[in-house]
Amino acid sequence: MSIAIAQTRRDLAIVVRSRGEALNPLAFFALATLLFGLAGPSPETRAAIAPGAVWALAALATTLSMEGLFRRDVEEGALEQLLLHARPLWPAVLGKLFAHWCVTGLPLVVLGPVAALALQASTDVLPALALGLLLGTPTLTLIGAIAAALTAGIGRGSLLVALIALPLCVPTLIFGAGAAFAAAAGADPTPQLLWLAALLAAAATAAPFAVGAGLRVSQEY
Amino acid sequence: MGPLRTYFHKLGSPRWFFDLARPWGIGFAVVGVSLLVVGWVWGLGFAPEDYQQGNSFRIIYVHVPSAHLAQALYVAMGVAGVTALVWRVKLADMFIAVVAPVGLAMAGMALATGAIWGRPTWGAWWVWDARTTSMLVLFFLFVGLVALRQAIPSERQAGRAAAVLAIVGTVNVPIIKYSVEWWLTLHQPASFSLSSAPAMPPSMWVPLVVNVIGLYSFAGALIVAGLRNEILHRERDAQWVRERLAAGAVRP
Repeated sequence: MSIAIAQTRRDLAIVVRSRGEALNPLAFFALATLLFGLAGPSPETRAAIAPGAVWALAALATTLSMEGLFRRDVEEGALEQLLLHARPLWPAVLGKLFAHWCVTGLPLVVLGPVAALALQASTDVLPALALGLLLGTPTLTLIGAIAAALTAGIGRGSLLVALIALPLCVPTLIFGAGAAFAAAAGADPTPQLLWLAALLAAAATAAPFAVGAGLRVSQEY
Repeated sequence: MGPLRTYFHKLGSPRWFFDLARPWGIGFAVVGVSLLVVGWVWGLGFAPEDYQQGNSFRIIYVHVPSAHLAQALYVAMGVAGVTALVWRVKLADMFIAVVAPVGLAMAGMALATGAIWGRPTWGAWWVWDARTTSMLVLFFLFVGLVALRQAIPSERQAGRAAAVLAIVGTVNVPIIKYSVEWWLTLHQPASFSLSSAPAMPPSMWVPLVVNVIGLYSFAGALIVAGLRNEILHRERDAQWVRERLAAGAVRP
């Protein structure tokens, strides 16, 4: 636990001290929303696809932001220190991912509904969308981290991370968008939200081990 | 150790596998090709027409075997991934390398034949139906695995990374399948299940079973041939490979 907290504090401190980079995924998300808005033919179409577009863009922004997750640690040797440590790897992984989620996932919880509003979605959708993103973006981060860990050794390849992670993000996307569309249709989004919570529980339990295994593979330990 | 146990022990070692698997490969090839020829001729030429779909249903004899095989191969890679990471069996890691492109081809074939079948039956080349969509996701899982392997230059590292990804993917395959089924499905329900009698007459499903077994055997032959190739490539600096190459004794 203390390892996880220490790792989170370290990563957040690095983000605070090197501001610009952390904002890139959010800028990407906003820009892609603009593209969707411009490409939508009419206000009705835009409103109809808004929740789905927000979810697809959240998945893209999260997976594309993952490439940098371990890069600095690999370059500085901090990752090797973690791997050489006798203690299990997963608490540090969990701490690292929590820090990363605070910077990219949590802002999306706020930015997502704003984007949906900008695409003229009805306000009924917003609570289900925000709650869904709150439950779903950590899962996207956890899944993306597996792909990022596996490719940490090659140094490049944000596209590869997306290619590996996005098929695995399908269930989260289905239930997340499903919750928002249920709310848009006036139905109760609770079942989909519960599914999102279940996926998060499963991912949070299993993914840190897969990330750890991936990191060991990537650094040949 | 008993003779059977010794045999399986040897099958796990690349050097012994190279020789022991040769008859397996030939057997799979003979059985696979002959069953596929029989199954296709029977299914495409002699099985009765479907009362609703007419002759167009005959593509089932290509579609169902490839879709089956694609799923089975992914799960097999997951099992091989565990074997490769836990017991460090080199052959399991080679298995993933060889199976990934075969599985990718099978998933591609299932999607292509599905589209061709969908056009006359559903009136569209592509529909966002539960099972077509989960096959598409499976296709991309194969793509990711192949891409990851190709991106990592070190063979050993690529093998272990692919093993981790195959395990993660296999855990996710059922989750993806059932989450995708949340949509109303257009697809006809599976024609076969282990728990109930087929809804087709025997004159239709017997050739299908022949085709399924034929394609599995054919894939088995491809995999054995691929594995023997991979063994030669990876052990190219080993004494036994050099000796055989020098003596011209490497039999395909």
